[in-house]
Amino acid sequence: MRQEQFEQEHAELWQALEEQLADLEQPRFKRIQKRMGGPEFPSRYRRVCTHYSLALSRAYSPALQERLHSLVLRGHPHLYRQQTAWRWRILHFVLLGFPRALRRHSSYFWVSLAVFLLPALLVGVGCYQDRDLIYSILDEQTVASMETMYDPANRQPGRAPERSSETDFVMFGYYIMNNIGIGFRAFAGGILLGVGTLFLLLFNGVVLGGVAGHLTRLGYQDTFWPFVSGHGAFELTAIVICGAAGLMLGHALLAPGQRTRLMALKQQAAAALQLVMGAALMLLLAAFIEAFWSSSSLPIGAKYSVAALLWLLVVLYLGWMGRSNRGSH
Amino acid sequence: MIPHAEPPLTDTLRAYEIPEGVRLEFRLAGPVVRACAWAIDAAIRGLLYVLLALGLSLLGGIGVGIMLIGFFLIEWFYPVVFELHKGATPGKQAMGIWVIQDNGTPVSPAASVIRNLLRAVDFLPLFYALGLLSMLLDREFRRLGDLAAGTLVVYRDQPGERKMTAEARVSKPAVELSREEQMVLLAFAERGGGLSSARRIELAELLRDLTGLTGQAAVDRLYAYANWIVRGHAQAASYRAASPPGQAGP
Repeated sequence: MRQEQFEQEHAELWQALEEQLADLEQPRFKRIQKRMGGPEFPSRYRRVCTHYSLALSRAYSPALQERLHSLVLRGHPHLYRQQTAWRWRILHFVLLGFPRALRRHSSYFWVSLAVFLLPALLVGVGCYQDRDLIYSILDEQTVASMETMYDPANRQPGRAPERSSETDFVMFGYYIMNNIGIGFRAFAGGILLGVGTLFLLLFNGVVLGGVAGHLTRLGYQDTFWPFVSGHGAFELTAIVICGAAGLMLGHALLAPGQRTRLMALKQQAAAALQLVMGAALMLLLAAFIEAFWSSSSLPIGAKYSVAALLWLLVVLYLGWMGRSNRGSH
Repeated sequence: MIPHAEPPLTDTLRAYEIPEGVRLEFRLAGPVVRACAWAIDAAIRGLLYVLLALGLSLLGGIGVGIMLIGFFLIEWFYPVVFELHKGATPGKQAMGIWVIQDNGTPVSPAASVIRNLLRAVDFLPLFYALGLLSMLLDREFRRLGDLAAGTLVVYRDQPGERKMTAEARVSKPAVELSREEQMVLLAFAERGGGLSSARRIELAELLRDLTGLTGQAAVDRLYAYANWIVRGHAQAASYRAASPPGQAGP
């Protein structure tokens, strides 16, 4: 068949598909067709695919080939778009998917925990015994500001009582930006063969351990520990989980096993993303607790008992949520 | 990843076979066009930061809190929102490029989040040095985030307006033409309109052995050959007689 005849025969169909695509490419609220474009769309699209192959095999002109290729190219994403019930998937992920994913990759979690916790304990004990050790970790100004912040003489650290609720909200925003950012970076650093992740875990462990040891040595334990113990359940666990996700990336690159490094990286990244997203939600919760609960001036007993409850909750959630009866997950 | 059908070593064209049995072709976007897209996005983001700061600082403490949350969301999720919605951030849209999976399908939510979280590392040690290095080393211009997410940044082709020649005559070439030769003549007829007449004549005179003509006459003769390839002689005439007027193709 000659090109001209071919074009005349099918021009109507191409035009129809073109109009349908133009409509589908608009923002949802402007579209005429709210859904995928009815039963005609797949059949129209597939016929145009056939026409494109014919145009190629019959050596029709480049411009016609280009036009049909562009129709196929534009139609393809609409037919193969992932349409998912995202609300249901988020709920399923929070309740079951995240703890299961963490348990599936628990070895990374334990390594990450060790990298974070062991230096923290070591430096913590060191700073508790040696008054000058903290200055080899942090500069004098930071140490001084930490000391005033948790000085028991300073009842409402860093803020005037009448503005407390507003300041709480500022801190809520700050914790979100800062802590979730650290979590994301701990994950991303994993692609540098895991080095970035290890560095961030180690760094945060050393600083936190050092500050805790130093403040306890000064006798500020009754302001410091009640403050950090509550949100720490979510915050510290989540940072360790982000570290585990980063280590998964690093491990994929260092020891891909039977796969190519690139394939291992892609598969591990998809799995690790679940941990990161779950941890981000935990950090969000931690920011809320830290801003509105930890900073409140309730009795120490109340703070500690809530903290114990929160730690128990985290352990039960991550350790047991989503286990089936047979315990296979 | 779907294996490519041996692309030429230096070509940036990538093709994927789709279930319909045809091959989709994508042209990869290189570092320069992506840097331009990034610069546009950076400007938009900067503007968003300023607007957010101006608008919310009036609200006092709660406003500052919301502002910080807004900063966090813009920093990490600005590209994700646009990539999932339109396949490209405003900067990429302006540069005519978009993000796809490496099997040719639209970017998935998980892949979009991964490539944008890893942006933090691509940026290291400063100004996307690592990302640029990775793009220059990889045959498909992928930065580290693209490698981990399995995504590609490609051009979104806008097919040009087709200008088939106004030459009405039909003439059969004296010799049998191969497929490739026919394609060359068709391309000449379709793209000739975009060239200067001197260049058209210069190109047409390359085929003096075939046409035996020079000057504008050679161009017209090649157009007539192209018309013969598209229409044929008798077939086209009879077909056009049978179809109602005004229904001609584009």
